[in-house]
Amino acid sequence: MADLETFRRETRAWLEANCPQSMRSPVMGDDDQCWGGRNWTFKSEDQRVWLERMAEKGWTAPDWPKEYGGGGLSKEEHKILREEMARIKARPPLASFGVWMIGPAILKFGSEKLKKQHLPPIVRGEIRWCQGYSEPGAGSDLAGLQTRAEDRGDHFIVNGQKIWTSYADKADWMFCLVRTNPDVKKQLGISLVLFDMTTPGVTTRPIKLISGSSPFCETFLENVRVEKDQVVGEIDQGWTIAKYLLTHEREMIGGMGRTAAGQKTLAEMAVDALGLENGRLADGMLRSEVARWDLDARAFELTAERVLDEAKAGQGVGNTSAMLKYYGTELNKRRQELLIAMHGSDALVWEGEAWREGALAKQWLRSKGNSIEGGTSEIQLNVIARNILGLR
Amino acid sequence: MTGLVLNEEQQMLKDTARRFFSERAPVSQLRRLRDERDATGFSRDLWRAMADMGLVGTLIDEAYGGTGFGHVGMGLVVEEAGRNLSASPLLSTAVLGASLVQYAGTDSHKQSLLPAIADGSRLTALAVDERPRHAPRQIETRAQATGDGFILSGRKINVIDGHVADTLIVAARSAGAPGDADGLSLLLVDREAPGVTVERTFMVDSRNAAIVTFDGVQVPDDAVLGLPGQGREPLQRALDIGNAHLAAELLGIALEAFERTVKYLQERKQFGVTIGSFQGLQHRAAHLFSELELVKSVVLKALQALDEGDDRAPELVSLAKAKACEVAELATNEGVQMHGGMGMTDEFDIGLFLKRARPVQQLFGDYRYHADRYAGLRGY
Repeated sequence: MADLETFRRETRAWLEANCPQSMRSPVMGDDDQCWGGRNWTFKSEDQRVWLERMAEKGWTAPDWPKEYGGGGLSKEEHKILREEMARIKARPPLASFGVWMIGPAILKFGSEKLKKQHLPPIVRGEIRWCQGYSEPGAGSDLAGLQTRAEDRGDHFIVNGQKIWTSYADKADWMFCLVRTNPDVKKQLGISLVLFDMTTPGVTTRPIKLISGSSPFCETFLENVRVEKDQVVGEIDQGWTIAKYLLTHEREMIGGMGRTAAGQKTLAEMAVDALGLENGRLADGMLRSEVARWDLDARAFELTAERVLDEAKAGQGVGNTSAMLKYYGTELNKRRQELLIAMHGSDALVWEGEAWREGALAKQWLRSKGNSIEGGTSEIQLNVIARNILGLR
Repeated sequence: MTGLVLNEEQQMLKDTARRFFSERAPVSQLRRLRDERDATGFSRDLWRAMADMGLVGTLIDEAYGGTGFGHVGMGLVVEEAGRNLSASPLLSTAVLGASLVQYAGTDSHKQSLLPAIADGSRLTALAVDERPRHAPRQIETRAQATGDGFILSGRKINVIDGHVADTLIVAARSAGAPGDADGLSLLLVDREAPGVTVERTFMVDSRNAAIVTFDGVQVPDDAVLGLPGQGREPLQRALDIGNAHLAAELLGIALEAFERTVKYLQERKQFGVTIGSFQGLQHRAAHLFSELELVKSVVLKALQALDEGDDRAPELVSLAKAKACEVAELATNEGVQMHGGMGMTDEFDIGLFLKRARPVQQLFGDYRYHADRYAGLRGY
């Protein structure tokens, strides 16, 4: 305990001395974060310095082992670091699919060679990753993917098409699910492979959404050479890793129903938009709907908290990520609908500075994808019914 | 700060309560009480056994013969009673009576009432509502000051366990007019006192309630709980405590109805397969599962807030009661629907959960009441 107190003191002092002032404010959307990578242009000198200093200590991936560039922190120390960062409102130095997704998978399933090759550049923010999972014909039925990897001895030749690859046009490497064996049950013939996006035969095309431009891309793979030592885990055993990563992703997306620190609550925005009469929102029907949402959102936040507390105490049933993903994304969609309703026609203006270039309308439309990406709500309900309730 | 988990002692209490109610007061006991039109409406033997185990004194300090285990502990007992639809004066006496006397009573009130409540020998009932929908500000029952006491006149409805309670705790107006927040007094009234008339009402859940009429009942000064005219605060606190435990009961009712329904989906066959294989039912069950997870969190949070004297207890209680009402309604409705024709029969238990849930929802405010109160407390 004394050690943890020392760690907290030292961490606090280090953050105080090393976190630039401009990095002590909430991140305003995806464009405001530091994504790193070969082609990254830092938005400010502070952004560069903050990444460099944190990466130096391995605190871009605080709980990874030191030998791969990570911070080597225990669970308790990691928690203290998070708390101390939150205390001064320090933003994460790096947003990274490498840190969030493929890194943990390589740590858990990858060879020593892959760990040494890929983990340190992820920690330093030098290589930006994208995820090649979905295909035009394989969405909810992900295991039905058709991208073929043909065995050529020491390497594979990959042909196929991926879709919904976030930031594929900006990423340096892709982690990609491919079919290495077409002759067995669909889940048993899949491998997770890694390749450089500059490999000949890789092309990307951005996808425009109903909400406007987006980070999503289509990725076309035409006779792409992938070395065999770039397979994570065993050949044909990629589905296990894919499921592990999907759980991870669900947990990330499920967090979206929550109000971020410093953000106005829905009720506060309703008061601004509608005004109060005798201490109550001036529109009675909207007041009921906002209250209903508010109750659900608070209950959901407490549930996310309880799930964490139970996990820490070694209690609980586990297997809650599907429920959190389902409920959290549905909540966010309801929130966006209420924002549109309370702001009326103002919320539906698409262009113009006075309307922040249609920000309300765009985030409302974008939220429709929350219950589709990372496994649709219907798939989450299937998972709950089958795995938790034993209905089949 | 306590995490949203049970400690070891609480977990043990929950297990003990679960075993106790499923063995000593299962759903079949409620059926028997109903079918025999039992005059008491619960088993006195059961109540004695609960007192002997220390369950009745869960909220009472050790100095007065209780265990001082707190609201989280009592909530677990109430939840398990809810699972079995166990009839007993747990709410009226062990929750409402005990906590009101302990909070607002004088030393002599505590000495004379708390040990007797804890050992099961005295029953209490809280008389608040006068209208079919909960509206504590609208109290009309008058407590007219006489110099050395009060003259009590009025009519209370939905007084839970009013027909068997030894002591009635009556919320009456000693000043102001209906609609005023202030001017309430809490009076301890003997059920046998001259001018008190009690009429038992037979409710849809086969549990006990009563209409109690006060016709010029003389109440001495020393029978006031707290200060005369200052009854709003202790009453509101008691209602918060009551609502947190009603939410715990609704959680128990909803969880049990849900688990029985899932089991039925796994067993019942139509078209040659179990009906649980149909996605139309799977998704509704999975949604209900998610909602129940939310209710578990809000109920525990509200009970912890009461134990910790958290300022936010009122809003957390309204959150818990509102959410528990909403989800218990869904769980019991889905329960009957998914049991199909069997769900409509008296022979199957699932209908009894539906019938118990509604009175618990209505008592001290339903979803609408508490959603409105929550919004008000949150400043809109």
